[in-house]
Amino acid sequence: MRAEEKERAMTKADIVENVYEKLGVFSKKEAADIVEKVFETVKDTLSNGEKLKVSGFGNFVVRPKQQRVGRNPKTGDRITITARRVLTFKPSQVLKNALND
Amino acid sequence: MNRSELIETVAVRADLPKKQAEIAVNTIFDSMTDALIRGERVEIRGFGSFTNRKYGAYTGRNPKSGSPVDVPPKRLPFFKVGKDLRDRVNDGTGPLDDDDDD
Repeated sequence: MRAEEKERAMTKADIVENVYEKLGVFSKKEAADIVEKVFETVKDTLSNGEKLKVSGFGNFVVRPKQQRVGRNPKTGDRITITARRVLTFKPSQVLKNALND
Repeated sequence: MNRSELIETVAVRADLPKKQAEIAVNTIFDSMTDALIRGERVEIRGFGSFTNRKYGAYTGRNPKSGSPVDVPPKRLPFFKVGKDLRDRVNDGTGPLDDDDDD
């Protein structure tokens, strides 16, 4: 019932270009360093188990997953999937509405 | 951490005036939002990717009254965490925040 769009992808370079233009007073290299710092901060926060709530965009939350028994999809063998932490993203209502207007 | 705390942390770490850190953070999330609205994917190496998933129309039910409700087709953003961040999150030992949505 769902299909993923396989067209062009926005990358960090595109984001750096936008930040460079918006800030206006830095070189591209400086803009790239600033963008890198933002993503580093986001990743450090989430790696610590802390959630990140970006109003108007969505919430990134680290959730615990208990150990469970799964199956190797190729062989059908039962395997134990160890307990782990996973990162989930819940889009904000604002973002969901923006995609469907 | 919320958006304004993120801005403050970035200002300190990047040694920037808060106003400029705010412009940078806002431009990053606005850029990703605009790309998704245009139907593009967003791929940030080391972080993850966002894609639109398209869902067809279906008939749902009002959970209170049980009456059928026509749900129109929609697009929802889907985040897939990148391998590096997935591993770092899994290796993390800090206390987890509640996952409430306030």
